[in-house]
Amino acid sequence: MNTPVAEKQAASATLLEARDLTRILPAVVPVTLVEYINIKVTEAEFVAITGPSGSGKSSLLYLLGLLDRPSKGEILINAIDTQHLSSSELSRIRLEKIGFVFQFHFLLPEFTVLDNVMIPMQKLGKLPQKQQVEHATGLLTDLGLEEFLHRRPAQLSGGQRQRVAVARALANSPDLILADEPTGSLDSAATEQVFESLQKIVETQRTTVVAVTHDMDIASRMERRIHLVDGRVDYDNRQ
Amino acid sequence: MMLLLRIAATHVRNRLRQTIVSTLGVALGVGFSIAMASLMEGSQRDFVATLIEAIPHVQIRDEKRSPAEQPASLIYDAVQFNGLRPREDLRGIHNPVEALASLRDWVGGSLAQQLNGQAVLRYSGQDIGITLVGVMPRQELEVSKIGDDMREGAFEEIQTISNGLVLGDKAAERLGAELGETVTLTSANGVAKRFKIVGTFHTGVTTSDEGLAYANLKAVQILLEKPDIINSISVKLDDISQANEVAARAERQLGYKAVSWEEANEGLMEAFLVRNIIMYTVVGAILVVAGFGIFNIVSTIVHEKAKDIAILKSLGFPETDIQQIFILEGLVIGVMGAIVGCALGFGLSSYLASIKFEFTTNVEMTRLPIHFSASHYFIACVLALFSSGTAGYIPARKAARLNPVDIIRGAT
Repeated sequence: MNTPVAEKQAASATLLEARDLTRILPAVVPVTLVEYINIKVTEAEFVAITGPSGSGKSSLLYLLGLLDRPSKGEILINAIDTQHLSSSELSRIRLEKIGFVFQFHFLLPEFTVLDNVMIPMQKLGKLPQKQQVEHATGLLTDLGLEEFLHRRPAQLSGGQRQRVAVARALANSPDLILADEPTGSLDSAATEQVFESLQKIVETQRTTVVAVTHDMDIASRMERRIHLVDGRVDYDNRQ
Repeated sequence: MMLLLRIAATHVRNRLRQTIVSTLGVALGVGFSIAMASLMEGSQRDFVATLIEAIPHVQIRDEKRSPAEQPASLIYDAVQFNGLRPREDLRGIHNPVEALASLRDWVGGSLAQQLNGQAVLRYSGQDIGITLVGVMPRQELEVSKIGDDMREGAFEEIQTISNGLVLGDKAAERLGAELGETVTLTSANGVAKRFKIVGTFHTGVTTSDEGLAYANLKAVQILLEKPDIINSISVKLDDISQANEVAARAERQLGYKAVSWEEANEGLMEAFLVRNIIMYTVVGAILVVAGFGIFNIVSTIVHEKAKDIAILKSLGFPETDIQQIFILEGLVIGVMGAIVGCALGFGLSSYLASIKFEFTTNVEMTRLPIHFSASHYFIACVLALFSSGTAGYIPARKAARLNPVDIIRGAT
């Protein structure tokens, strides 16, 4: 019987594809966030999206993560065109296939670390409660957080919170992790910890990670770099 | 759903003070509405029970719903008659034995016949006008509570003692007549007859106590010159809910006007209905005010938890889930308020039921009439939950529509 990792290794198909992706904010003077983005991301890629402030890095990430809808163009996830999917269908894809890591961890403050990681699993409801606890504990242990399972996010350091956010993003074993400046608010030691965590995910679980970063040092250590300028792809080392 | 409920409960728990205030608002609304409904329905039931006990459930009178057809209209085929003098029949229910027998065949309850008429009561040179009621005492005791109202003597004695008379105590007092003394009754036709006072009664209703007397039916028929005639039949039913049906059937059968206790007190029943509408409007208003408290707290939570909404959406929670979380928050407060309110309502009702009153009048009511009914609790809880659900729904809809990207951008 094939394991999920083995299944992923079996074929290196396109996981995520953007075709002529454009997002224009409607206003008296319309604001173009991104335009005519064409990219393909395959399994187990570690992708950095870089660019100056206002170049559309985060906007592109939110579009790829189906949190925002494009004004024009298409997004395909596992060859499924998401253009005509309903809001609840997009939510389902996010739940099953995508994990998010934001700059400011965005953990639920009233819940414990373990609860924060378990909530996406509870929502998906594929695992029984006992296995959810085991899986969440395993993820947190892998990220060096086994001592903090029952603490609230406020009782953790910035780096620890961000690693909890990574564990939460991995909770439902997604195909894709989208990280928006995951190390943006961290010191160098914590940045290193989080970066290594993401790298380990790509290497061991063959999960694709797309991370927006303005840290060129971090970006240079990632295998693929897409550089945006004024909402357009300026440079992509794979194309 | 359990996950959504858990998230909702966590949000509510983390705003403890506001939650307590909102819960108390709902609890007070529910509690007071239950107490008010118990008191109002209690007083209504008490009043109706007193009324039903005091009056016949159905009364058949020697009247017709529409004027009797005149002989001329039966004989001649004409559009209209003018200047005809109507035939004057001797008014009353003729052949009462047959009428009563035909009713006894199907009416479940007791029947009593009466003949009422006006008479002048004379004693020691004083005259007072009274309403004289000719009855068969055993029948009358079954359909009215006159037996309970007796102050002196026994009601049955109007049957056993020749020309016995039972008189209202105030009337006896005015005349200075006492038990065993003989009085003269004179009818409107000028027929006079001597009666012996065999008992006095006190109903608490002044007009009856001052101007009503009972005598044997035969004696009254002789005095009023109405042999074998009565002018009303009183019916006490085993099942009072059948009153309207029994009245309608009796009227069809006998041709005389039959009035149920509900028809006789139609205005009163409508007044009760209006009173209940007013009561539930007030209750609804109280709960709407409580709903504003819930609206306020849920709106505040939505505002404060905008970031959490964005997180949940990014995790894959659809809009319906977000909406349900905040509706549940309103309902959590509503349910807590309803539970506390039910306890409060029960406590208030029990307290009101325990209060004792001492009246000097003869109308005795020693305690407030409280009616405990599950329907009061059910209605108050349903109203509270509806109010809290609606109060939660408005901010919940707003929460569901929040764009996570706007929130995430705002946070960063």
